[in-house]
Amino acid sequence: MATTGNEYQSMTQKASPPSPKIKDLLWAFFVGGGICTFGQALNTLYENIGFSEDGVRAATPVTLIVLTAIFTGVGVFDKLAKHAGAGTFVPITGFANSIVSPAMEFQAEGRILGTGAKLFSIAGPVIAYGSFAAVIYGLIAYLFRLY
Amino acid sequence: MIVRQGKYTLKLTTHPSIIGNAAVAGKTEGEGPLKNEFDRVFSDDTLGEPSFEKAESALQREAILRALDKAGKTPSDIDYILAGDLLNQCIGTSFGIREFGIPFLGLYGACSTMALSLGLASVLVEAEAARTAIASTSSHYCSAERQFRQPLEYGGQRPQTAQRTATAAGASLVSAHRQNKPSVAAVTFGKIMDLGIKDANNMGAAMAPAAAETISAFFEDTATNPDDYDLVLTGDLGKVGSSLVLDLLQKDHNLDIAKLHNDCGLLIYDLEKQDVHAGGSGCGCAGSVFNSYILRRLQSGELKRVLLVATGALLSPTSTLQGESIPSIAHAVLIEAPQKPSGGTQ
Repeated sequence: MATTGNEYQSMTQKASPPSPKIKDLLWAFFVGGGICTFGQALNTLYENIGFSEDGVRAATPVTLIVLTAIFTGVGVFDKLAKHAGAGTFVPITGFANSIVSPAMEFQAEGRILGTGAKLFSIAGPVIAYGSFAAVIYGLIAYLFRLY
Repeated sequence: MIVRQGKYTLKLTTHPSIIGNAAVAGKTEGEGPLKNEFDRVFSDDTLGEPSFEKAESALQREAILRALDKAGKTPSDIDYILAGDLLNQCIGTSFGIREFGIPFLGLYGACSTMALSLGLASVLVEAEAARTAIASTSSHYCSAERQFRQPLEYGGQRPQTAQRTATAAGASLVSAHRQNKPSVAAVTFGKIMDLGIKDANNMGAAMAPAAAETISAFFEDTATNPDDYDLVLTGDLGKVGSSLVLDLLQKDHNLDIAKLHNDCGLLIYDLEKQDVHAGGSGCGCAGSVFNSYILRRLQSGELKRVLLVATGALLSPTSTLQGESIPSIAHAVLIEAPQKPSGGTQ
């Protein structure tokens, strides 16, 4: 009797090793937590050297983005992210990496249709749906006078 | 003469020989267990080229030039080249061989290309349509990643079932039978199988049913059993696919090949020490393992009869995004040791 699709799905599930969840969780927790702690340290630092509140709000993410871009550029970020998973992906570092990595990768196809066109190939959906969610939130806030 | 045996198998009665072969590999492959088997290992995966596509072309060109050199041939001695790779429109191959001036039959069999090209080249030689034909293929980790997955520097995690596309190329020169060279005795071209696996990160599982189908068809057509062979070498099923193909053969066809089975995706890397998850994949995986480690052991007589079953997942990034399952294929080529084996390297 030939194996059916359903039977094969369960055979495959049994044969496929699962991801090491506990290890992944610990990595994500400590690296993600580390990045957030570092962000908080930056915040405090910028406050203490006299940045305005708005200035601090801009300077901290910009610093994290620039650092991520540098670490992506020298080929270190992906090696850390392989272990850290959501730990590097969820903070703004993941967003920065998702823009810098295609920008580097698609240089071979030229500045316009390579780097330019592919720049947002990964981050694009985040920006599109992020903006969409912001509009919905804004509308709700406006209609119910929550501001 | 080509004799059709059973439903799918072609028996090549004159046994065309593989008169030259070469395998080249990239850095990670060159750090693996087969490092001393390859004809050349490149320490820089760009091969000094400005793009990874060009690097892949250079890789395949190098394998072909070395195979020609070892057989004492030049491109003008070759009647046909049968080759392919994973890149869109097979540019890895066509750009790599464009200066050779050899009539070119471009093939797409995904990772099954080595068995597909070798099988077809042998059929052409057996039919006397070609005096000498080249079968070759290549793959490159970096060009495959950018086409099928994410940019290289993107920080993501891959599941344990994912395989690494090998940066490697292999080429074989097939010509009329020679007593002192390994020869091709039979070919079984496979049919597309699809048992509904949709996970592009588990291609070993997607391809195992195709491998099982072709292997069982070969045994049935030739009325032989596993004991008649030294090695059944599947293409690149990796860890997950290898265990599944053994299960499927046992369950559906009552065939036990566990003792004589190995897989190119398991041979090319050290799964414990190298970060390759379930093993190797890519056309160049079977291409390079066969054209180095395996042919060397056939040449020396250490292996007598090897069934190469290269497997291919016929998916594209588009079909994956559209939620399609992964159709797969496997082609088998039976290679026999020379009647007069010569020890050592060839």
